[in-house]
Amino acid sequence: MAKLTLDDLRNLRDEKKRQMTQRSAEGKRGEVTIGMGTCGIAAGAKIVFDAFLDEMEKAGITDVTIKQTGCMGLCFSEPTVEVSCNDMPHVVYGNVDEKTARRIVREHLEGGALVSDHIFDKPSTDIIKGAE
Amino acid sequence: MAYKNYILVCAGTACESNKGKALYEALDKELKATGADAEAQLVKTGCFGFCEQGPIVKILPDESFYVKVGPNDAQEIVAEHIVKGRTVERLLYKEEKEKTDPRSQDISFYRKQLRIVLRNCAVINPEIIDEYIARDGYAALEKALFDMTPDQVVSEILESGLRGRGGAGFPTGRKWQFTKNVEADQKYVVCNADEGDPGAYMDRSVLEGDPHSILEAMTIAGYTVGANRGFIYIRAEYPLAIRRLNNAIAQAKEYGLLGDHILGTDFSFDIELRLGAGAFVCGEETALLASIEGKRGMPVPRPPFPAVKGLWGKPTVINNVETYANVPVILLKGSKWFNSIGTETSKGTKVFALTGKINNSGLIEVPMGTTLREIIYDIGGGIASGKKFKAAQTGGPSGGCITSEFLDTPIDYETLQSIGSMMGSGGMIVMDEDDCMVDVTKFYLEFTVDESCGKCAPCRVGGRTCYNILDRISKGKGRPDDIQKLKDIGHAMRKASLCGLGQTSPNPVTSTLRYFEEEYRAHIEDKKCPAGKCKDMLTFSIDPEKCVGCTACARRCPVPCISGEVKKTHVIDASKCIKCGQCYDACKFDAVIKA
Repeated sequence: MAKLTLDDLRNLRDEKKRQMTQRSAEGKRGEVTIGMGTCGIAAGAKIVFDAFLDEMEKAGITDVTIKQTGCMGLCFSEPTVEVSCNDMPHVVYGNVDEKTARRIVREHLEGGALVSDHIFDKPSTDIIKGAE
Repeated sequence: MAYKNYILVCAGTACESNKGKALYEALDKELKATGADAEAQLVKTGCFGFCEQGPIVKILPDESFYVKVGPNDAQEIVAEHIVKGRTVERLLYKEEKEKTDPRSQDISFYRKQLRIVLRNCAVINPEIIDEYIARDGYAALEKALFDMTPDQVVSEILESGLRGRGGAGFPTGRKWQFTKNVEADQKYVVCNADEGDPGAYMDRSVLEGDPHSILEAMTIAGYTVGANRGFIYIRAEYPLAIRRLNNAIAQAKEYGLLGDHILGTDFSFDIELRLGAGAFVCGEETALLASIEGKRGMPVPRPPFPAVKGLWGKPTVINNVETYANVPVILLKGSKWFNSIGTETSKGTKVFALTGKINNSGLIEVPMGTTLREIIYDIGGGIASGKKFKAAQTGGPSGGCITSEFLDTPIDYETLQSIGSMMGSGGMIVMDEDDCMVDVTKFYLEFTVDESCGKCAPCRVGGRTCYNILDRISKGKGRPDDIQKLKDIGHAMRKASLCGLGQTSPNPVTSTLRYFEEEYRAHIEDKKCPAGKCKDMLTFSIDPEKCVGCTACARRCPVPCISGEVKKTHVIDASKCIKCGQCYDACKFDAVIKA
C-alpha cells in the first residue's frame, strides 16, 4: 500500500470503523435476533441471516446488532426473527424468508414501520415487566 | 461479506503461556473444518486483564465471556455457539453466588474499571494496523499535525494534569515543555519499556495489546519537541511485545505514518527498538540512556536532566509506556475530559497488576482515587481462601505496604506517599495473615542487592548490610539493636545514593518497620515468626494425643524423617526435618504442631 495522505487516512478510518462497530453492542439502537436452532436452520435461517447482513451493509445500517440464538420454541413458524429497536414495539416475525428479511431491513430498521403481514407476535413487555 | 460472529481470543503472554496459542490454533482448525470461517472471524487480541480466569474467549456481538478455555473446548464452541447459536453454558464466567452473567461489562471484575490506557486491549487485533485506525487510531496524530502547534500540544498535556506513570509522577507536559524550549540541532524521544518490578506487567500488556498507541504518542511527542528519532527501550525478555512492536513499526512505515513526510507534511519521525538485557537499574532514565548509547547501564547524577542533556548529550523526552498510552486519548477527547477523572492532584487512571493472595489476579485499570478496598474486594474478589487481609505492597522494590487501616484511603500519588508507600509502576501484591513481613522485605532487598549496579557505596554496601541483617533476623539470630541499625542505614541510603534505585530500596524496610515493628520484635526477642513463614524458627512435632497413626504424614515426608507404625503415634526426627510443612498440610487430625 502506498503512503497515506490525510484524506486516505480518514477514508480508511471511516471504512474500518463501520466494520469494527458490527462487533460490539455499544451505542446500538437495536437488535435483530435470528432463531438458529436445528429447526430454524432447516427452514432456511442461514439464508435469512446472510440476507440481513447483506441488506444492512447495502443500506449502511451500522447501529443495529444481529445476533443468533437457539430455538425460540416457535418451530412451526420458522425461521423466526426477533427485532427490538428503541422507540418501536418489540416484534417477533415468523416465516421469514430472504425477501422478507430484506423488507424488514428496509421497512422496519430503516423506515421505522412494521412489516405487518409477517408479525408473529408482539410480546406485551409491559405485563412481563410488571410481573418481575 | 460481513461476519456473523467475532471470536476474540486473548493472545497476551499470560494466556499464551496457558495453552492460549494451542486454543487459537484449535479454533482456527475447527472453523475451517466446519466451513464456519466464512461466518465467524477469529481475532487474536490483547490482554483482557482477567488473567486469573484465562485463557479467555469473548464472542461478539453476544458478549459471551468464556473463561479457562482449553484447546479441547474449541470443537464445542464452534459447533454449539458459532454454528447453532447456543451459548456454551459450562464455559461462561459465573459470579460467586452462582449468578450467571454472560455479558462481560456486568462482571464485577470489570464494573469499577475504567479502561483508557487499556482501551484497545482485548478489543482489536494488535497485529493489524487497520483495526487500530478504526478505533480512532492516528486521529490524534492527525489532529496534532494539522490543527495544533507544538505549543498547543504542550499546553493541552499540561492542562490535562497527566503525570509520569513510571512511578515518580512528574508532570508529563513539563517534561515536553523543557525539551521543546531547548535549542538543539538534534533531539530524541525515548520510551521506557524496561518494566522490572517483580509482578508488574502493565507495560508489557499495553505493548502486546496496543502497540500502535505507543508509536502514535511518541510521534506526537516528536512533533511537539522537534525530534525526528525515537527509541523504545524494551527488555529482551518480552519477545511477544518486541515482535508486535516491530510488526507495528513496519505497518506504520508502509502507511507513511512513520518515516519521512508523515501524511504528506514536512514532519519526519522514525522509531527503533533497543533491547535491554534485563537489568533493573536500566529503568532509571539516565542508566537507560547510557544503555541505549551502548555503554554499561549506570546512572549519572541529575541535573542536567535528560530533557536538556539526554541521549548522546542531546535534549531527550523520556516517558513510560503507560504515560504515552494516555496521550492520544487526551488530544482527542481534550484535557478537560481527562482532568475530570481522578483526584485533585492525580488525574486519569492507573493500571495495576493485581497479584498475590487474591481471588481475581489480573490487570486492572481504575480511576485515580479508587480505594484499596474497592480494588481488593470489589474487583479482586477478596482474599483467596477467605483469610484475613494483612497488607498490600505497591511500588515494587521501591515501594511499601498499605495496611488494613488505610483500606479506605483514595489512592493517588500523594496519599500513597503520605502513608509510606508509592505508586511505582503499578505492581500490587496482596498479602494475607500467612505472609511474614520480614520475609517479604528480605525478598525485596535480595532483589535490589542483586540489581544494584555497584557504582555508589550507599546502595552497594548499604543494601547488602540491610539484607544481611534481615537474613539473620529471619533465622532467629537477630540482635536487639538491629531495628535501629536498619533505620539508620535506610536513612543514609535514602540521602546519599546516586539514583532512584538506591534512594528507594530501603522503602520496603522502612514501611514494614513503621506498621509491623511488633513482628520484627517477635523475631528478634522471642525468636518466633508469628506468620509461621520463617523456617529456621519453626519446629514441627506431632501431638501424641491427636495422632491416630494414619501414616499420611510419613508418606508425604520427602526426607523422610517421620517414623511410626500404622495406628500408632508417629514421631518427627527434628534433626533431619527440613521444615517443608508437607506433614502439616497432610494431617487431617490437626496432630502436627507448627510452632
